[in-house]
Amino acid sequence: MTKLIIILLSAVFINNYVLSRFLGICPFLGVSKKLDSATGMSLAVIFVMLMATAVTYPIQFFLLDPNGLGYLQTIVFILVIAALVQLVEIVLKRYIPSLHKSLGVYLPLITTNCAVLGVTILNIDEGYTFIEAMVNSLGSGLGFFLAMVMFSGVRSTIEGSDVPESFKGLPITLVAAAITSLSFLGFGGVIENLFA
Amino acid sequence: MEAILTAVIPVVIIGIICGAVLVIASKLMAVKEDERFPAVRECLPGANCGACGFAGCDGYAKALCENSDTPANLCVPGADGVAKQLSEILGVAFEDVVEQVAVVHCAGNCHKTQDKVDYQGIQSCAAAKLMYGGKGSCTYGCLGLGDCMNACPQNAIEIKDGVAHVNTKECIGCGICTRTCPNHLISLVPDVEKVVVTCSNCDKGAVTRKVCSNGCIGCKKCERVCPSGAIKVVDNVAVIDYKKCNDCKDFGVCAKNCTTGCIMISDLRGMHSVKKET
Repeated sequence: MTKLIIILLSAVFINNYVLSRFLGICPFLGVSKKLDSATGMSLAVIFVMLMATAVTYPIQFFLLDPNGLGYLQTIVFILVIAALVQLVEIVLKRYIPSLHKSLGVYLPLITTNCAVLGVTILNIDEGYTFIEAMVNSLGSGLGFFLAMVMFSGVRSTIEGSDVPESFKGLPITLVAAAITSLSFLGFGGVIENLFA
Repeated sequence: MEAILTAVIPVVIIGIICGAVLVIASKLMAVKEDERFPAVRECLPGANCGACGFAGCDGYAKALCENSDTPANLCVPGADGVAKQLSEILGVAFEDVVEQVAVVHCAGNCHKTQDKVDYQGIQSCAAAKLMYGGKGSCTYGCLGLGDCMNACPQNAIEIKDGVAHVNTKECIGCGICTRTCPNHLISLVPDVEKVVVTCSNCDKGAVTRKVCSNGCIGCKKCERVCPSGAIKVVDNVAVIDYKKCNDCKDFGVCAKNCTTGCIMISDLRGMHSVKKET
């Protein structure tokens, strides 16, 4: 149990996918302008990360590894995740229109998002069990959520402040992203010592 | 060669399986979209003004398709033409659209009232309103910085001598300006009416008189002369009930008898009635 909590917390804070591993930067910069779109995107990412892990984990251990095809991991995962997200979108549209309305726009955007692919591959590299892998995916999704929500707050503050002409737009956003990510360095070592 | 095949074949198989699943799923779970929606949306003017009460033209089109109780005559900018097309597509009875035009209830221009301060801040009515109720000595009147002018999709509003004027020939009656004015001076009236109260000052007569020579002092003379009882003085300002005003036997008597001249006769035929006549 302690191990699961450690995995969850370190996925959220220490190994935050956006701010420490620098995966999923595209939506982080692209969709973080407004709080509601940032939340929608993050919820979709959490959802897809969990689904993707649930599907790719058995594929790795029951299909690729026994046949010595471990080196096909990346391409097979991309293929499967892309198809899965499309399928989920179709199913949601048919059966849960309200959820499709709130997540629908973001689902196609993350079909082959590097954060999603990164979670599934890292789950296998770390040698997690299935439960641990799912917890790690959840934590990574939550970490993404945290980063997005925090950064949308930062960005709305930037919008309202007097930025020098040459820094306007993307440059100041990147500077702000760098500072936000620096602040997450402060979490390093905290979780391990919490349970030591 | 064998090494390539062992890599390619599984990927191809997985790809085919994924593709097949997607095709089957999209066939099985296809969601039907209302085929009337594009046609309905095509009819609407696309100004996204919100006069119908829905979130833009898409919202109204959706409501029309999904809920058959939605009236087809809500599009004021589109007027009768659009309402006719809509009722044809949806198969409902055609109802006349009440065309409206915007009217500014203030005529306190720079000859009639004075500025109390020299306002140098952000050139927007909303900002000026926050500074002691605006620069003019009348806090109810037009701020004259043109928020309505900037909001108008038809460029039908201009600021003349510090007061907004609606060029009714250009006005489509969308009502965006009525929501923009921080003093709520603009209202929509049916575009056949011709008598307008051009003051919104709720202060007592003596106070109003001091700040603006055009202001309504609430003397109730118009109330007494109106043959159909359509004018009432509410909060020291004359208000015309246009439902009663419609067929006035003695048209313009209120304007002739107004002490300060704040009731005016004006030609309110809007863009739609101009089009009808030509």
